[in-house]
Amino acid sequence: MTTTALGLRLPRRWTARHGGRLVVRLALYAIVAAIFLVPLWSMVATAFSAADPKNGEVFLVPHGLSLGHLTTAWQLGMGRGLLNSLIVVTVGLTLQVTVSAFAAYALARKRFRGASLVLLALLATMMMPEEVISIPLYLLIGRMRLLNTYPGLILPIVGWALPIYVLTGFMRQIPLELEEAARVDGAGDLRIFFRLILPLSLPALGTCAVFGFLMIWDQYLLPLLVVQTPGMNTLTLVVTGLAASQEQGEGVRLAAAVVLMVPSILIYLGLQRLFERGLLSGSLKG
Amino acid sequence: MSALRTSAAPVALPAQRDRSGSRRTVPQRLGRSLTPWLFLAPALIFFGVFKFWPSIWGVYLSLFHVQPYLGDQWLGAANFTRTLDDPDLQAAVWHTVLDAFVQVAGSMLVGFVLALLLEGPARHLRILRTAVFLPAVIAMVAVAELWHALLFPGRYGAVNSLLGDVGLGPLPFLASPNSSLWTIMLVQIWKHAPYDMVIFIAGLVGIDRELYEQCSIDGANAWQRLWNVTLPALRPITTIVLILGLIRGLRVFTEIYVLTGGGPGGSTESIVTYVYRNVVVNNDIGYAAAISALLLAATILLTAVTLWWRRHRENA
Repeated sequence: MTTTALGLRLPRRWTARHGGRLVVRLALYAIVAAIFLVPLWSMVATAFSAADPKNGEVFLVPHGLSLGHLTTAWQLGMGRGLLNSLIVVTVGLTLQVTVSAFAAYALARKRFRGASLVLLALLATMMMPEEVISIPLYLLIGRMRLLNTYPGLILPIVGWALPIYVLTGFMRQIPLELEEAARVDGAGDLRIFFRLILPLSLPALGTCAVFGFLMIWDQYLLPLLVVQTPGMNTLTLVVTGLAASQEQGEGVRLAAAVVLMVPSILIYLGLQRLFERGLLSGSLKG
Repeated sequence: MSALRTSAAPVALPAQRDRSGSRRTVPQRLGRSLTPWLFLAPALIFFGVFKFWPSIWGVYLSLFHVQPYLGDQWLGAANFTRTLDDPDLQAAVWHTVLDAFVQVAGSMLVGFVLALLLEGPARHLRILRTAVFLPAVIAMVAVAELWHALLFPGRYGAVNSLLGDVGLGPLPFLASPNSSLWTIMLVQIWKHAPYDMVIFIAGLVGIDRELYEQCSIDGANAWQRLWNVTLPALRPITTIVLILGLIRGLRVFTEIYVLTGGGPGGSTESIVTYVYRNVVVNNDIGYAAAISALLLAATILLTAVTLWWRRHRENA
């Protein structure tokens, strides 16, 4: 029998007092679920309703099931926004994880002068909020003639300290004997990296992919500065654009927000184990 | 390298002899010392161009009146002295600092309560934890959009109609300068508390169960156990959650920009929304860069002080 901090454990013998406690606990669970889940559910229920809610009104049960709000939002640029966001996240994430894996291999498996300085410099950017450099970054992207282009949206998010940190920590734990055995067989660094270290690092790579996806999917200020025509809008810009226009009802606006929300939730639920491991390694030891 | 010293690893011996020091030619040795840098090169280029260079350039820009097509005009420290005398900026700093502290404290408190409530190996707890964590993974824009709808100031607004059922409200929420910032804090706490919960749960799991048992034997009640065992054990984690939260708080932009745009009447203007406004509306890039540079300095200072404080406490 394990004891928890609050002593919440199942009793050995049931009494009226235990029954009362159980009721209190169930009530607390219900409150927690109501606060954190019901808002999300109401968003989905409203988005898939046929009826259009008044401003600020949401439905707890769909009022007539319909894809109407979704198709309206789709025609108003959501399709394009989804495509753009998928392009940015696919290319951006691939580059981010690849670049991080290469860097982590050097930092984790090689001894060289300056290694700790490089690691420190890269990790220091974790403490440097992206929003703080957004203005010179915007000017830089302008000078590179990358405003309103995919590279302008993608290149700035490739360098991220978190995956480098997670992968370096993971790669350090791969036993040296494996690498030495490969070297005896005449394998070079590239071969060892691709054939040995990368396959063994798959769980950590998965963790980085989950975090990278959420980070890139969440981007708002960067697209706000870089995008100049509706055709380049990312999904976050489409969602806020629909909200700002005020011409569309609550249903359409929430439908767009649901489309923005669902991929993150699916990724999280699908790769939850990888996600939690990353969350803890990234924040507890950092 | 002598054969004796490596004899503990006989398999590696031939390879090491082949590759080690004396027998290798100069180009080979150079190649080996270059290898890590070749692997690091892509990352160094991306970080250099899109992280380090903009932060340096930003400080440089802050010394100019920036005019994209007319040429920049040297101002010296004028942009910085201007910050001292700008009531809008002072209001934005106050909002940001207040928001950072309240949302961090609120998220930690709610996250801690959630952790105590939902900690445990049982299956139903695991499911509930997963569900409660959803707000933390959803894009901030979607969260802001959702709460913008729920917190509609009219009587029909979802939250207001709930309040109406118990005889309260309707409250103006985001529509009034008196409540707008507090409303934004509630939304932030809703999104960030589950994140803190997961971190606290990890800390709770690490606590030696026997300490709890001993407390029970000593006749301590649940509150005493919480105060004497749980909270002290969680202190290191709390510091980290606090630093990350404050830094996260100082750069607040998306939720404010989406929920209120800094309004009504500037009541929710944060440092970064003010910077954004100076660039996009006032086209005053040099001044925006100066504020950003100060924000960067504040962030670094905050991190350094917290780290120093932590080390100081650990040594004491």
